[in-house]
Amino acid sequence: MRVKSIITFSIISSFFLFSLVSIWKILSTLQGIELKTLNFNFYFLSGIIISCVSIFLGKKLNKLSIVIILSSVFVLIDYFINSSLPIWHYIGTFLILLFFVNKLSKYNKKNFSYNFSVQIIFFDFLTLFGIIFFSFVILFPFYLMLVTSFKTQALLLINPLDFSIDFTQNIKSLFKSYIIVFTEYNFGKYMLNSSIVSIGTVIITLLLGIPAAYAVARLNFFGKHFLSTSILIIYMFPAIVLVIPLYTVFSQLGLRNSVFGLLIIYTATTLPVAIYMLQGYFKSIPKELEEAGIMDGQNWFGIIVKIILPLSLPAIASVALYVFMIAWNEFLFSLMFLDSPSSFTLSRAIQFLNVGAETPRQYLMAGSVVVTLPILFIFVYFEKYLVSGLTSGSVKG
Amino acid sequence: MSNSLSKIEKRTAYALTLPAVLIVFAIVLFPIFSNVWISFKEVQLKDIRIPEPRAKKIVKSVKNEDSKIKIIYKLRNSSLIQDIRDVKFQDKFPNNVQPVDLDERCNFISNKVQCNFGDWSKKYREQFVIFFETKNGEKIDKKQFKLNKTKLKGKADNILLTSDFTLLNFKKVFTNYEFKDLLLTTFYYTFFGTVGAIVFGILSAQMVNQNFRGRSFIRSTLLFPYVAPVVALAFTWELLLDPNSGTLNNLLLNYNIIDKPINLLGQKYVSIFVFGFEFKLRLALTTVIIFEIWRYFPLAFLFILARLQAVPKELYEAADIDGAGPYTKFINITLPQITAVISILFMIRFIWNFNKFEDIFLLTGGASGTRTLPINVYEQGFSIGDIGMGSAVSIVIVLLLLFFMLIYFKLIGKRANES
Repeated sequence: MRVKSIITFSIISSFFLFSLVSIWKILSTLQGIELKTLNFNFYFLSGIIISCVSIFLGKKLNKLSIVIILSSVFVLIDYFINSSLPIWHYIGTFLILLFFVNKLSKYNKKNFSYNFSVQIIFFDFLTLFGIIFFSFVILFPFYLMLVTSFKTQALLLINPLDFSIDFTQNIKSLFKSYIIVFTEYNFGKYMLNSSIVSIGTVIITLLLGIPAAYAVARLNFFGKHFLSTSILIIYMFPAIVLVIPLYTVFSQLGLRNSVFGLLIIYTATTLPVAIYMLQGYFKSIPKELEEAGIMDGQNWFGIIVKIILPLSLPAIASVALYVFMIAWNEFLFSLMFLDSPSSFTLSRAIQFLNVGAETPRQYLMAGSVVVTLPILFIFVYFEKYLVSGLTSGSVKG
Repeated sequence: MSNSLSKIEKRTAYALTLPAVLIVFAIVLFPIFSNVWISFKEVQLKDIRIPEPRAKKIVKSVKNEDSKIKIIYKLRNSSLIQDIRDVKFQDKFPNNVQPVDLDERCNFISNKVQCNFGDWSKKYREQFVIFFETKNGEKIDKKQFKLNKTKLKGKADNILLTSDFTLLNFKKVFTNYEFKDLLLTTFYYTFFGTVGAIVFGILSAQMVNQNFRGRSFIRSTLLFPYVAPVVALAFTWELLLDPNSGTLNNLLLNYNIIDKPINLLGQKYVSIFVFGFEFKLRLALTTVIIFEIWRYFPLAFLFILARLQAVPKELYEAADIDGAGPYTKFINITLPQITAVISILFMIRFIWNFNKFEDIFLLTGGASGTRTLPINVYEQGFSIGDIGMGSAVSIVIVLLLLFFMLIYFKLIGKRANES
């Protein structure tokens, strides 16, 4: 039992070590360092040796010294295998080793005599591995987007793996792509368009959605049930089945190519979800409060403005953020309805850059960063509201 | 009294809902129904402009005659396929001039030439000329003739409103040899995208549900792909996967894992040998599905995490006392607790992946075996320019969607009854 556990433990942990070191090596390679191999055999073997040593010597030496000794030995061997790498690479390896051996030192011989020790170890490392794997996989494209925007096409064609940023150059040449994107490619204008459309959509959607949601939540009228069920059904129809009729009708009415037309479409497509989310919240507000309002002689306008609105600010905030996100990220309608660059939104502009003449990729990526940053910033800043918006409005995505 | 109150209530309710209902009706419901109408018509993208009569005015002086001027109108029907009926023409001229030998279709009243051109067939073109001379033989001022704009009016049918219907579009959709392939691709994309997103959602939620430092950071990071704009993400992935200068291929080449670049987005099939059997994997489709999973597993993660956090701790404590291992606990406690969420998620994601357009459009444009039904709508309607066909494909989507929704609401209703 114990032998089996120890073998499993060392194999799993060396896999973990290998994946940690590999990610670090990939990141180092992308800084332009010549690393030609991931050296699976070496790291796997060292992983097994380190884990065995850590288990058997764990009790005899104190924890700190064993962590430092093992990591140093490993880094020294690493240095002899691939010498002439910059010092920061070794420092990084050393830190990873510290982290790894520190994790190992939590296990000693006693741990391996439990019933489910293999499973526990497996789950422990799976969690650790998962966290690192998911963070890497998620963040890598974002990292690539950001770093590419600071390089130039010519340099990337010479060495596609060198993403190192030269911080010694002056600020103007460092941010050259962004300056060009804003001056030559007119991204300031597109950003303004995007903001107008998104904020406009939020305002109109709330103005129309709040009263409608209130009526659905509170008032009795013929067709109420029909309305509240059809909201969900309508919401599930995709933009692509609306595109052809809207395109033909808008062309004939001359509404294409205007930010205004886009605003109407976005409002109509986000209204169902806004009503759906808001009415759910309004129903949770105690009815007595409104009855008190009616006693005071308020009409429905007064009730909504003075009682419902102040009580449901968090829900309204999450609806607003969610609608903003949809409008800001929307692509299909802006592709179909905007032809002239003066009315482009950011998404449409980036697609235009990509389709048009060979645009150097650093400009494309700088544009992508410009469209992504505001929404990520809003997300991180208002995470609580947006997450609740995502959950309750998640029938769409 | 109560009757009048309920009347007021009703009236208020209609007033409150009407604006929202109207705009949704105009922009969402109306198009869905007009798809039905268009799908029974033969309409090309270039036909949707309503035909109109057009004139180009050219003013020319006449040789050796200062008091005369020649005006040429190049008249044409803007449409190549439709007639215009009852074309009327009007142009205004300076005070002191009169026309010479005016065309018999026209008359000259109070400085205006008015003509009745009658019907113009499709592709109609005419060079229409009027000569003018000054009444008193003075030199004519050419500039004054250019000031006025010619007015032309005509009646034409809006091709969308005519009453010719045809079943041709649907016949083409269903008899097309690609239709089966189209359905299959859509199904693969939808099904594997959904299952993948849910599996990764479960894994990541299970992970984040444990206590460790930086947990809230990881939680927000995991949602990034879902929140960020598709356009930016799709182009970044294109750069990442590019066969020549893409980062992924170059990394794999650098570490000698592959010996020549793989065109992950442009290659339809790749052969894989497993135990001597050859399997053909649809490479581009797989890549697109992986992008799909990457982008949408955060949503599954969010749902499942919320459910996991609501699982009572006592269940796990009891299991610990019974001596259950982590695997048993996961299978017997965690999974049963999240099956309800998973089944709802599956239906929602299935419907939405089925509808997904942007992701594939931006990554491959529907090439190399990644054409799904929504991509086909765009392709038929705007690349080929056959609006009728595009609408017919939309109708197929709507019908399938209604079928899925029926199942979805049945399942939800069942769940509501159970709980």
